[in-house]
Amino acid sequence: MVNITGLQLKNPTMLAAGIMGTTGASLIRMAREGAGAVVTKSIGPQPKEGHSNPSMVKLDCGYLNAMGLPNPSYEAFLPELEKAKDKAGVPVIASIFGGNMEEFRMVAEGLTPGKPDAFELNVSCPHAMGYGASVGTDPEMVKAVTSAVCEVADIPVWVKLTPNVTDIVAIGKAAQAGGADAVVAINTVRGMSIDIHSGYPVLGNRFGGLSGEAVRPVAVKCVYDLYANLDIPIIGVGGISTWQHAVEMIMAGASAVQIGSMVYEGLNVFSDISEGIHRFLEERGHKKTKDITGIAHERF
Amino acid sequence: MLPLNANIVRTVDETPSTRTFFFDRSFEDALTGQFVMVWIRGVDEIPMTLSYKNAITVQRVGDATSRLFEIQEGGSVGLRGPFGRGFTLPKRGESVLLIAGGVGAAPLAPLAEKASSVCSQVTTILGARNVDELLFLERFLQCGPVHITTDDGSAHRCGFVTDVLDELDVSGYDRIYTCGPEMMMKNVFGILEREGALQRTEFSLHRYFKCGIGVCGACCMDDTGLRVCKDGPVFNGTELVGSEFGKYARDPSGQKKLF
Repeated sequence: MVNITGLQLKNPTMLAAGIMGTTGASLIRMAREGAGAVVTKSIGPQPKEGHSNPSMVKLDCGYLNAMGLPNPSYEAFLPELEKAKDKAGVPVIASIFGGNMEEFRMVAEGLTPGKPDAFELNVSCPHAMGYGASVGTDPEMVKAVTSAVCEVADIPVWVKLTPNVTDIVAIGKAAQAGGADAVVAINTVRGMSIDIHSGYPVLGNRFGGLSGEAVRPVAVKCVYDLYANLDIPIIGVGGISTWQHAVEMIMAGASAVQIGSMVYEGLNVFSDISEGIHRFLEERGHKKTKDITGIAHERF
Repeated sequence: MLPLNANIVRTVDETPSTRTFFFDRSFEDALTGQFVMVWIRGVDEIPMTLSYKNAITVQRVGDATSRLFEIQEGGSVGLRGPFGRGFTLPKRGESVLLIAGGVGAAPLAPLAEKASSVCSQVTTILGARNVDELLFLERFLQCGPVHITTDDGSAHRCGFVTDVLDELDVSGYDRIYTCGPEMMMKNVFGILEREGALQRTEFSLHRYFKCGIGVCGACCMDDTGLRVCKDGPVFNGTELVGSEFGKYARDPSGQKKLF
């Protein structure tokens, strides 16, 4: 068991936000596939259709996406959350977004009747004007929205950080100062791809966020730096596709990991990775994930 | 994969509302019933099943398809795919029934051609709004007997494909395949469920796709969470029992829209 901000996870792998999280049924399916916890699609104050397609393409080095925060609004999502809570059998974390403190608070309060186990604040989506990273690149805003949600929530509040800043530690500290119980790092790295036949940017939004293989070293460094400077737990995410990647992220300082784009390769990724971590810990004589969290910091 | 450029080498107006776009690129390994994501640059990218190894047949229904219809021979689109699960091909000597409604004939015509080379019989029920909208009638006729229905009675029988299905002895068919408007398929489902034939029937479904590669979850069905883009678009009838099929679908925001 992994304890993270009071949530008991049967293993340290979670489904990342924005992946297979639009409906209660898909969240339940991911839990059955072995995820230790599931994070919903980011939910906002109003229904949003998102950007036009293509909204996600596979590259040689990872994935590029610009979904545009499509969501049915917190009101329409509430029954989906209730269904996931009823049947998933693992903690369900509601990812929420807004353009300001009032909107964040409104969405958090609106989803509270669905009894999520924690909130994850999306202040890091790199391609939605006025939302996500528009909030998450400003430490004052991050602190303000975090404390706004903490005031109305009696469940843990996690803040998902963007790597598209000069100093992610400053943003992490702002979240901590606002009352965050944990930070999640990282969201996607801004990126773009152009169709050389026509000159058109490939994504409907022109640019988007890079995930997968290419961003893993970026994520490891962010988690490493956050661990050195924060007092709250860090959940590591970015390019994890094997148990070895997960162990690396944990050694950098993560208490648990999230897995996103990798579901492209197969839904068994959660059970494969959690079993691999378990075997690794056992072979090394460790009892829990916590025993190796941040050990890279003790090596120099 | 990034979208591959495909030049449109020929277009054929099949009916007043549908047009086939032939590409200079052929998907030889594609399974019948699989789809490609068609990128109309600067507009949108939409899923389309292949109606030939090197072509899609499109009905003009919205912004993206209207813009696609503006692209002439010599123009180009981007293509990704083929994606998804296609039809299970019939075995040698089997007897198959195809039930096609409107533009739903697009994935079934190549299936009919593939089946006719191995099957003892390929029977088609082809329905459309009116005589002009009957799609790929000649292709189906080349493969076996065809029952035609039109909503307005402008050709053959006035009524729906289900009127014919009701009268056929479905126990005589080893495999049944259907594609068409969801309300039509829902009624087909009802008859085949009653006849105990769902196990040997495959349905080709349509939902709004975002990523198209099984990651985002926008096209997940209730209550199984099956992804239409990756686990489908072709489903065995038994996979749809008790599902949202025939009841509602989700729009791009994820809100439920009742049929």
